[in-house]
Amino acid sequence: MHELSIVASIVEIAEEHVRKAGASSATHVELEIGELAGVEWKALEFAWEVAVKNTVLENAKKHLVRISGLAKCAECSEEFNMRTLFDPCPVCGSYFNVILRGKELRVKALTVV
Amino acid sequence: MAGYQPGFFLSEYVWRLPAFPEDLSVPGGFYLLTLDTSRKFKQSLEELNYNIMCGICGCGQEDGTVTIKKVGEHTSSPADAPVAHMHKHGHHHHHHRHHGNEIGNEKVLQIEQDILGKNNLLAERNRGYFEAKNILTLNLVSSPGSGKTALLERTLTELKDEIPCYVIEGDQQTSNDASRIAATGAEVVQINTGKGCHLEADMVNTAVKKLSPSENSLLFIENVGNLVCPAMFDLGEAVRVVIISVTEGEDKPIKYPDMFHSSQLCIINKIDLLPYVSFDIEKVKEYAGQVSHITEFIELSATTGEGMDQWYDWLRARVRPQR
Repeated sequence: MHELSIVASIVEIAEEHVRKAGASSATHVELEIGELAGVEWKALEFAWEVAVKNTVLENAKKHLVRISGLAKCAECSEEFNMRTLFDPCPVCGSYFNVILRGKELRVKALTVV
Repeated sequence: MAGYQPGFFLSEYVWRLPAFPEDLSVPGGFYLLTLDTSRKFKQSLEELNYNIMCGICGCGQEDGTVTIKKVGEHTSSPADAPVAHMHKHGHHHHHHRHHGNEIGNEKVLQIEQDILGKNNLLAERNRGYFEAKNILTLNLVSSPGSGKTALLERTLTELKDEIPCYVIEGDQQTSNDASRIAATGAEVVQINTGKGCHLEADMVNTAVKKLSPSENSLLFIENVGNLVCPAMFDLGEAVRVVIISVTEGEDKPIKYPDMFHSSQLCIINKIDLLPYVSFDIEKVKEYAGQVSHITEFIELSATTGEGMDQWYDWLRARVRPQR
């Protein structure tokens, strides 16, 4: 249930930026989460309800941008869509892959009032 | 902005000037300069004894060499006479100011901040401390009951006269494990995470202050028994060690890929029980190899001592020679 820690970190980031902007709360938060980042969206939703109570994010709508996984095969240089960390290269079958994208875990934007 | 001539050159370069003459612009921000004006700026700044650093990648020298020296130490490196270094950077995300879009009372802040950024920064601080003091730090992760504490007990008992050893114990509740470790004579700090399912860098930071490990030593961090959550949290360790016992399923690496992906060493424990279980060691290595291509393996039994020598040799090879 590390998603609770993740939400707590999002709240912390939001609190800081709301304060810096001289605002009182956030109405919208945009998150970028890679499919290989190890975050379960349903668990995050569940943790969200609890963790945003009495914070600047309590009434904020969250918008998720899912970033699909992209890997490059170190054997044949094929770039392919990676859904799990143990997907082999679809061309040569090698597991010797380098992840190019999909580990993101970011607060992209925050709308404050 | 002073010195900025639009269209003078096609290429533009972004420089961050840590300090800047007040009559030119606001200190500490980003400045767009043309090639020609940036040369002029650099010359004028050098006369004023200002340092220039590239704001994107931090590079400050054309030949890419890094010199680290003590005060008064002489080197003939060209780094002593830095030359303007130009390269083109693509779009960047170093927003040091809020780029706000105001819609009515609402303001959109593009913050682009890593959610785990705070933990990762603190982990790097820990890592720097460990490196400077030559403390080899291992983050031991596994499911509950794979034998982390038993492995540590035997390791500490047999290695403590050779290398000073310290332990940080992470559990949700009780200091039972810390008591077992303390019985070996090693210094130990227990972290109880309460409802938390993993250790974080700030907990380790606090625990290390309590422990104050000596230089040229070994620090074992026994994480909370959990193959999921600790995978996401860097503690500042040099090596992440995942432990699996032969009484578990050999498909653990692909059931919990994040943990095996982020570990560099896999210890297969309880090999004395192999005759009684249907555990295929080659199969587990094959699965782990699918998730990570850098994992090393050590097979051992913390109960009988079989294979422990290989583990000790692995540790000895990584604690740098004592100065």
